Amino acid sequence: MRAKYVMSEVFLGLWRNISMTVAMIITMAVSLTMLGAGLLLYNQVDVIEEYYQTNLEVVVYLDRDIDQATTDQLQADLEASGYAEQVVFESKDKAYERFKDTFEESEDLVNSVDAEVLPAAFRIKMKDINDAPKLIADFQEREGVYQVTNQRDILQQVFDILGGAQRLTLIVALVQGVAALMLVANTIQVAAYSRRREVAIMKLVGAPNWFVQAPFVLEAVFAGVIGAIFAFATLIAAKFLVIDGQFKDLFSLMPPISMQSILLLLPILTGISALISAVTAWITLRFNIKV
Amino acid sequence: MTYGSETTEYATLVLEPPDRLRNSADRLRLVIQLEGVTKHYPRSNRPSVEDMNVFIDKGEFVFFIGPTGAGKSTIIKLLLREEIPDKGKITVGDTDVTRLRRWKTPAYRRSIGCVFQDFRLLPNRTAAENVAFALEVIGKPKSVARRVVPEVLELVGLGGKEHRYPHELSGGEQQRVAVARAFVNRPLLLLADEPTGNLDPDTSIEIMRLLDRISRTGTTILMVTHDSNIVNQMRRRVIEIENGQIVRDQARGVYG
Repeated sequence: MRAKYVMSEVFLGLWRNISMTVAMIITMAVSLTMLGAGLLLYNQVDVIEEYYQTNLEVVVYLDRDIDQATTDQLQADLEASGYAEQVVFESKDKAYERFKDTFEESEDLVNSVDAEVLPAAFRIKMKDINDAPKLIADFQEREGVYQVTNQRDILQQVFDILGGAQRLTLIVALVQGVAALMLVANTIQVAAYSRRREVAIMKLVGAPNWFVQAPFVLEAVFAGVIGAIFAFATLIAAKFLVIDGQFKDLFSLMPPISMQSILLLLPILTGISALISAVTAWITLRFNIKV
Repeated sequence: MTYGSETTEYATLVLEPPDRLRNSADRLRLVIQLEGVTKHYPRSNRPSVEDMNVFIDKGEFVFFIGPTGAGKSTIIKLLLREEIPDKGKITVGDTDVTRLRRWKTPAYRRSIGCVFQDFRLLPNRTAAENVAFALEVIGKPKSVARRVVPEVLELVGLGGKEHRYPHELSGGEQQRVAVARAFVNRPLLLLADEPTGNLDPDTSIEIMRLLDRISRTGTTILMVTHDSNIVNQMRRRVIEIENGQIVRDQARGVYG
């Protein structure tokens, strides 16, 4: 009975103030979309790191004029160093094969490179990729070593870009979030003012505080949930249209964003949005509806 | 406006206060106690109250009179716990209002009925719904409202007009709805802030008759008024206030 009354008040309140309600929902949706995108990126960095971590190698390129004895000595030392799990020798020929494979689509490039130019190398799978700097320090200056590279350093740039994108989305989410909350506060104030008569009468006849406040708080929660649903829909659309659609090639560099992690965002976004809206509304009411 | 022709009407209103109140041995418990109550508004010129002491018994009918700005409405606010006094103690029934926790205020207000000059009805609800609203918001089941509301409306003389909206009722009828709403929870105390202020003399008499009937059920009534004729004809206890202080407290008094 009372629940029915409260619900009818909620929808009446939202409808009476429809332009503000729409503004509130849109701002919330944008904020939550950004938050969702930020969370996905955060998750994505983890996934990529895990994905590559096991495949990352340290590559020791050898001088072109290295002799067999030095090569063997280096291999023995690498294996004895304690950092390497597996040391694979890649001869000049093999390096050229790999080069051809990698750039098989650019024939001109392949043709312009002489098989002799590419250095032989040791490809080292590390026990722990974090030890790579130590290994590099140990072998960098060794005779017969041309250069030592850590693939992780290359990947780091990708992480930096992702990290930057993530920070950006979170900042936008925050700014939009503040705007959304101010709109919530404003909407609640307007609603409380337009219903001041009812509120005064309710307080007079001794309605409990929760009953007086419930319609207002639920209004905010309702808008928050709708905003979250819009944000969720936007993220789904972004996955299908942007990531799996137009920019498929770009995103194929990294492991795909799973549908599962997007689905997981629905309860997260809805929960966050509903909770923050409710708290904002409640705080606003404490200043507007004094008992 | 002269009231001469209505004197006979008022005469019928002169009703003896219930006998029990005159016999101090049978005095019922105090409903309102104001002890040294002081309330100032340092930053506004709202009327203040100075060291006020008032004791009102159960079932008493008390008029609060005095010029505008004397502090009458402040007392109503204090009794409703819309305001907290700076000093002193207010007790209503068993409740020490000055120490009442904020969250307990709604429950406390259920023991008080309120009637105002401007009726304060919900415009989009019928007479019956307005009365039922008071039950609804404190969580009474609908079955109770179905049983009690027609009874109370009958009592205030609105039988047959349950389904009218406030704008379809006269001022007097609207005030009856307000009285019904104030009385439906059988409050210990009924506060009436100039309940006849917007009504013509005839209608005022009817409302006073109604309040008198309610008073006889044992409900204490505290009425703020400027209507000298009503006060003079009713001959009930009169407390006159000026500048936040009681200047007269007289059983069976007149307006002055």
